[in-house]
Amino acid sequence: MMFKLVMLKTDALIFLLLAAVGIFTWYVRRHDYLRAPWRRVLTNPTGMAAAVVLAVFVVIGLLDSLHYRPALAMKAGQPVQYGVEVLSALDAMLPKLRTHKEKTYSAPLATHLYAKETIVLANGSTVRDYPRLKYGGAQLADPHTQWMRDIVQRIAWGVIEGLTLTALLVLLLAALLARRQPGGLVAALVRLLRGGNAIPWRTLLITCAILLMLGLVIVQLAAAYHVFGTDKVGQDVLYISLKSIRTGLVIGTLTTLVMLPFALLLGIVAGYFRGWVDDLIQYLYTTLNSIPGVLLIAASVLIMQVYIEAHPDVFDTSAARSDIRLLFLCLILGVTSWTGLCRLLRGETLKLREQEYIQAATAFGVSHWRIITRHILPNLQHLVLITVVMDFSGLVLAEAVLTYVGVGVDPAMYSWGNMINSARLEMAREPVVWWQLSAAFVFMFALVLAANLFADSVRDAFDPRGRVQ
Amino acid sequence: MNFLRLFGLLILPVLLSACGSGPLNDPYPAADRDSNILYSSFEERPKHLDPARSYASNEAEFTAQIYEPPLQYHYLKRPYTLIPLTAAQMPTVTYYDASGRPLPATAPVSAIAESVYEIHIRPGIYYQPHPAFARDAQGRLRYQDMKPGDWHGIQTLGDFRHSGTRELVAADYVYEIKRLAAPQLNSPILGVMAEYIIGLKDYAARLEKAARSLPRGTYPDLQRYPLAGAEVVDRYTYRIKLRGKYPQFLYWLAMPFFAPVPPEADRFYAQPGMAERNLSLDWYPLGTGAYMLTRNNPNRQMVLERNPDFHGETYPRTGEPGDAAAGLLKDAGKPLPFIDKVVFSLEKETIPYWNKFLQGYYDASGISSDSFDQAVQINANGVAQPSEAMRAKGIRLTTAVRPTSSYMGFNMLDSTVGGSSERARKLRQAIAIAVDYEEYISIFANGRGIPAQGPIPPGIFGYVGGTAGVNPVVYRLVNGQPVRRPIAEARRLLAEAGYPDGRDAQTGAPLVLYFDTNASGPDAASRLSWMTKQFAKLNIQLVVRSTDFNRFQDKMRRGTEQIFEWGWNADYPDPENFLFLLYGPNMKVGKNGENAANYSNPEYDRLFDQMKYLDNGPERQAIIDRMVNIVRVDSPWLFGYFPKAFSLSHAWVAPSKPNVMANNTLKYRRIDPKLREKLRNQWNQPVLWPLLLLLLALIAALAPALWAWRQRERSVAR
Amino acid sequence: MIAYLLRRILYAIPILIGVNLLTFALFFVVNTPDDMARMHLGMKRVTPQAISNWKAEHGYDAPLFYDASAPGINKITHTIFFEKSARMFVLDFGTSDDGRDIWHEIKTRAGPSLAIAVPVFIIGLLVNITFALLMVFFRATYLDFWGVVLCVVLMSISGLFYIIAGQYLIAKLWHLVPISGFNGGIDGLRFILLPVVVSIVAGIGGGARWYRTIFLEEIGKDYVRTARAKGLSEWRVLFRHVLQNGMIPILTGAVVVLPLLFMGSLITESFFGIPGLGSYTIDAIQSQDFAIVRAMVFIGSALYIIGLLLTDISYTLADPRVRLQ
Repeated sequence: MMFKLVMLKTDALIFLLLAAVGIFTWYVRRHDYLRAPWRRVLTNPTGMAAAVVLAVFVVIGLLDSLHYRPALAMKAGQPVQYGVEVLSALDAMLPKLRTHKEKTYSAPLATHLYAKETIVLANGSTVRDYPRLKYGGAQLADPHTQWMRDIVQRIAWGVIEGLTLTALLVLLLAALLARRQPGGLVAALVRLLRGGNAIPWRTLLITCAILLMLGLVIVQLAAAYHVFGTDKVGQDVLYISLKSIRTGLVIGTLTTLVMLPFALLLGIVAGYFRGWVDDLIQYLYTTLNSIPGVLLIAASVLIMQVYIEAHPDVFDTSAARSDIRLLFLCLILGVTSWTGLCRLLRGETLKLREQEYIQAATAFGVSHWRIITRHILPNLQHLVLITVVMDFSGLVLAEAVLTYVGVGVDPAMYSWGNMINSARLEMAREPVVWWQLSAAFVFMFALVLAANLFADSVRDAFDPRGRVQ
Repeated sequence: MNFLRLFGLLILPVLLSACGSGPLNDPYPAADRDSNILYSSFEERPKHLDPARSYASNEAEFTAQIYEPPLQYHYLKRPYTLIPLTAAQMPTVTYYDASGRPLPATAPVSAIAESVYEIHIRPGIYYQPHPAFARDAQGRLRYQDMKPGDWHGIQTLGDFRHSGTRELVAADYVYEIKRLAAPQLNSPILGVMAEYIIGLKDYAARLEKAARSLPRGTYPDLQRYPLAGAEVVDRYTYRIKLRGKYPQFLYWLAMPFFAPVPPEADRFYAQPGMAERNLSLDWYPLGTGAYMLTRNNPNRQMVLERNPDFHGETYPRTGEPGDAAAGLLKDAGKPLPFIDKVVFSLEKETIPYWNKFLQGYYDASGISSDSFDQAVQINANGVAQPSEAMRAKGIRLTTAVRPTSSYMGFNMLDSTVGGSSERARKLRQAIAIAVDYEEYISIFANGRGIPAQGPIPPGIFGYVGGTAGVNPVVYRLVNGQPVRRPIAEARRLLAEAGYPDGRDAQTGAPLVLYFDTNASGPDAASRLSWMTKQFAKLNIQLVVRSTDFNRFQDKMRRGTEQIFEWGWNADYPDPENFLFLLYGPNMKVGKNGENAANYSNPEYDRLFDQMKYLDNGPERQAIIDRMVNIVRVDSPWLFGYFPKAFSLSHAWVAPSKPNVMANNTLKYRRIDPKLREKLRNQWNQPVLWPLLLLLLALIAALAPALWAWRQRERSVAR
Repeated sequence: MIAYLLRRILYAIPILIGVNLLTFALFFVVNTPDDMARMHLGMKRVTPQAISNWKAEHGYDAPLFYDASAPGINKITHTIFFEKSARMFVLDFGTSDDGRDIWHEIKTRAGPSLAIAVPVFIIGLLVNITFALLMVFFRATYLDFWGVVLCVVLMSISGLFYIIAGQYLIAKLWHLVPISGFNGGIDGLRFILLPVVVSIVAGIGGGARWYRTIFLEEIGKDYVRTARAKGLSEWRVLFRHVLQNGMIPILTGAVVVLPLLFMGSLITESFFGIPGLGSYTIDAIQSQDFAIVRAMVFIGSALYIIGLLLTDISYTLADPRVRLQ
């Protein structure tokens, strides 16, 4: 074996979540009344464009969740040994980004370091100048004259590749559509380009085209440069940003996954049974809710550190250590955020149980369990869904703030919060090191904007009057 | 339109104050613009200002200006020299043997049972004005037995209407020594001093017992309990008796721990009602120094003002060669202090702090902040200087190596990296070569530090500079310059240690080491990843175990860490204060000492016991050299680097000499407020066009809206 | 009504006890009193004696929850938990672990916090409502569309960026206000201007968009149509009817946060060096000063409960049909 698969705790949960989404989709497809609102989502151009962007993030995040430990080179007769560094499929795809480390800061697309250093010349004398980078633009013999040309060339190539791929995509899609619609390939193509379909294929294609071009330009440039520069220890900022995607997604999704069972169970039970159960649950969530969130999170993060220190053999790699901290953060964020949904569900259940058909079912002696799963749960589905998608972006933003305060993810973990955190010192430098902050901004903004737009379209579809915020 | 009105409302204050004279972004009151005030900052509120408790360096910045121990360091002379401050002359020391007979100064250490320090203080020194000394017409202390009614209108110390002063007497010094043992004060040096000052240990136990019989919150009156080791001889003379010989004690006499505290102050602050108003000696110190703390709002500002009762001192007339040329003797003989008032503002974040310095709102940048990367350049000769942009503003740079060591230690109790086996030693040596502290300094300290060749920093006796002082384990000489040994050599050592290419020779298992840290903050991530990178050069896989402060301390105490970073800030400029960090009996695990690496080498320990009592001289140097060589070979530490204090100051600040031992240097500082005002105005011209642009953009956005509205109104009307 | 309020206030007591118990449990799972002592005594030369002195001085020398050795009721009362939390109900928070009176500190720090939070709340509400009304007025036009887009964009930017950008542009490049700091009185205006503006801008996206949906829902109702049929101008309809009725959910939603304004904003305060309760809390967390954390949690929960109560009352005021029982 060349590698040993490593299943981090959050990886397992991510794949569990993926399976849950799969089952849910399958279930929705089989029930017409559930399909109807999703159709509305599918026909919303903004929502679908956002979904494409989200999909790109999700794919990167998933690739980054397939972890392994590479086997070390071995001598004959020795058992196979694996390194302690945990890599992911994404790392395997981006070996250059990961390993091409400079000495310290360099600006985006730079060929020289950002700080002057004493360089020993061939003849033994020393000068003070910006040294060449080890990898960034190393293929250029004379960067001062060739750099511009090289950059433009690479961008052009990226755009051309992007356009070619888009054209192929358009043809493929038209061919697929032509099989279902009358009029043959040309008619399908025309309809596609004019935007004459129920599903906004044209918007989707434009989004894809933009993403493809952007992606391929970056691929072209990243082959020889550090597209977003390098950080203090010379690590490629593009790589850090890409690795941070998984952290953002994990916080945004797993938190909800963790909180959902609690919120559902307690919310429904409280609303359905009322009486002392209701009182108890209300007491529970008022108490939890009234503790300022940051304090609760800070305390929990400390607890988790004690736990890690007590079991050093379980968390033998850096990845496992930061992973458990991430998971814990999700757990505790879940605990602090389930109360809102719980209250919402309780209120809705209170209303639902007064409905005649449920009253009737009770009169016929249908068991509570059956009433809850058959009649109440499906009617709460839209509330849950909307909350989940709306919470996502808030959680991604919360990670940055918490990390800034010092109770977020592990400092060794790649995350946008950590990037912003180190930018605090970079902004105080003269001249300012701006690229790490900008990269974090761009990536975070893209993800959160896409999530917000998608959440909007989901909400419009499920709850046109916008009662849930 | 609401929006416009709102916008007007928002920029109104800006425009209003624009009519005033000074810059808009001046964080200080306009009235103070040309006053003789020095502006400085503090990052964290000082926890203790009580001289018996305060130990941290950020606290010393205040306590050193306020309290006057008997001795101080000469401002200009190097190596650091002690001179009298309130003492009339340097203390005299007499040694006695076990039967109480005086011994000559040359007596062997083993014969000395007791040393007695006699200190005469100068008469005519007065305390700062303080309500604790205020007396009424009958001559009784006015605020000593306050009734609940007396508290009307009193919230801070400034609200007491009367104040008084009193002459400094020797009894105040003795009183403070007793305070070191007071149970409620928890003096950090009680443990050390109890080893030396005769009777202090029993004294602490006695006080604690007495405190237990008193109601909670009240404590025994120290004046009623005599202490054997500290006695008043006459009004201006006192004696301190130490067990055995302890030549380093003189240095302690220059620290605020041995400053005078009047018993009136303790009685004043012990009254009920004080604590609820946060009035205590810990927050409102009371001393004889050049400055007094007049405002203490640790959430915002702390203000030191010139002490009107200051006994007077003059600027030193002599210094080192070169000081005169540097303009450091211009003020020779002039009365101190020069500056009327020093305003320290709370500044927790580095960005605002640095920007305010650039805008001229802080006069000098703090001595240790890490955010001045790139403000400083190292020129071709390796000399640091401010960058061109800084020089254009007239900003000057002063540097000094701090008596601080910042090292990376191996836990010598660890089964992999610790112990005295050849295998472990080679492993440690290999790592010592691989971790490139030159790069560390250039990346993380922007060149503000020098790679350490041993445990003793420059400026301290025992340090050997130049090629003779190079650590041969890690460096070799190339053309007379120390150069880190090549990584191939480290790999060879690693192979000899049984880990060829970072793999166990027998099993082929990768060598995994653990780095324990409590690093947090913006820089932590990059430092940890740099560290991993260093070990990766040897194919060693480094796992970072980062945790919080308490957990880390706990690990250190139990000795379960493997590799760690640690630092030591010298108490006094003596090699003993550094070499004891590796002294076996001073181990962390089990003995609760400061030897964090738990290093123990019998030969080293024996030499240490010898070195400790010797006076500085060739004999001592020879022993120190042997000790340093032992630890270089054993490599319990990567010696890391000695940070350099870089301090930037503006053109209007008179040149000053960094003195890393003395903290009471505020009195020597001078500024030119007129020049400051001029430059501040010049640098802070408000830029108003973006506001106008914003206004225009708003109008531009609203114009089509207005138009659309008109359209609609019209269509409705139709 | 009175009986209801009384009941709710009594109901607050078990919540506060629960909160307190939880805080204690969370904190002491990780930290022993010894840890706290070491943390506050610093790094250099700490002896076991000093630690036990510190614990005795700060009242951490008793058992945590249950003292088996004490007689009778003292089993419960002679514990750290009882001694530390019983007093909080009479607002006696004791001294922080570094020796300052907490209640005194809270009183002096509430001012700066409010100086930021109140303008942000009021002006923010005004700005958001204005923006939302404008969008509603131009509903279904390009202005509405771009307004919503702007809102979503503003919402998608992390608050940290607003602060960093605001400080960089307004204070550093344009020299318009001091970068950070605080002062009381009219002079303080210069210091709070930037944090207030930044906080408002950061809140526009979410706020305006939410109010827009409220107003849109209102505008679809029958009485609005009747009003329009009567020939009232669009502005009049908006201000007279839609705004007035839309204010009910807006205000009742805002009331819950009203008491929490005292707690200040964690991030804004620490970035701008405002000596308020928010930065107090952050500092306490970072230095693990348990006494302050406990006090702030207690006050935070008490204020939250008051907020809930105010919400209930404001419902009855806004809609006389709602009866509290």
